[in-house]
Amino acid sequence: MINKKYFFEGFFSIKGINSPALALAASFIAIGALLKNVGFSIQQSILSTFFTYALPGSLVMAESLIVGASLLNIFIAVWLVNLRLYPMTVSLMPLLMHKSQPKWKYYLSCHFVAVSSWLIVKDKYLNFDKRNRIDFWIGIGSATWGIAILSTVVGYLSSDYLNKDIMIGLAIVNPIYFICMMIDAMKTIQIKISIILGSILGPLFYSLSPEWCILYGGFVAGTVAYFVGEKK
Amino acid sequence: MISTFFLAIVVTSLATYLSRLLGVATSQKISEDSKIFRWFNCLAYSTLAALIARIVIFPSGMLADVDFNLRLIIVLLCIAMFFITKRNLVYPTIFSCVLLSTLSAFFKI
Repeated sequence: MINKKYFFEGFFSIKGINSPALALAASFIAIGALLKNVGFSIQQSILSTFFTYALPGSLVMAESLIVGASLLNIFIAVWLVNLRLYPMTVSLMPLLMHKSQPKWKYYLSCHFVAVSSWLIVKDKYLNFDKRNRIDFWIGIGSATWGIAILSTVVGYLSSDYLNKDIMIGLAIVNPIYFICMMIDAMKTIQIKISIILGSILGPLFYSLSPEWCILYGGFVAGTVAYFVGEKK
Repeated sequence: MISTFFLAIVVTSLATYLSRLLGVATSQKISEDSKIFRWFNCLAYSTLAALIARIVIFPSGMLADVDFNLRLIIVLLCIAMFFITKRNLVYPTIFSCVLLSTLSAFFKI
């Protein structure tokens, strides 16, 4: 079924100097505390991270519940903010596909697609033979997902001790981690332009539409980067 | 009775899994050497960059209470630290958290 050697190589790739563990833990501790303040039970908080495992989506859900949004509104808001997972999955799965591997592995493990796990696998997939990459990926995903669920519990239980100062500190960790990780990923001309232009256009389009700015900015920046890179 | 919270979790999970599921379905027909794959690769990185830049520049929630200049200074300091420590990701992340919490506690920013 799953090759243990590659699974554990993925699982333990979260150790070391590039570890996303701290960044993940910080943000899901914050989510756990936030869900408790919204009124979730601990079981519901665990379920939420277990089945969603995407930070901006959980944040949007919590904020929507606070203002009393309808379920349809929550669906649309979450779908919109997590739509970035679509290009992320499409730019990952073809690298992991191998005809000897069963389809269910791909349909189940796509649940692990999130920024931290995605950036790690994109950084390391070339070290593996194509047939083994999916097991390596399932290893990474299980580890990052596990940390997220565990941290949600920690955050929920310790929410009484997390004052505003600590919560602000936890909130900056994730953006800092991703910024550094993306600088590290800027290895080809296409990725360089994508990241630099994306980070300019995203905020620039914010004045046009706060909801759509990420998708508009990402689409324009990515498409420009693609054409510039192809011409070279 | 099924609570609103439970339904919200179901709805959020479905909305999130939808993009991942469609991503796998699309991937079945895409080869990693194709042009469309390279385009999607650009789109993924640019969308991520747009999302993170938005979180730093137009944050919602806790970070919104921190002054824009301070957020920018912390980001730049952490990027500098990332390069000084030979691309170590752990130091800048810990540094950012400790620095911002301390500043927040002492200066009520």
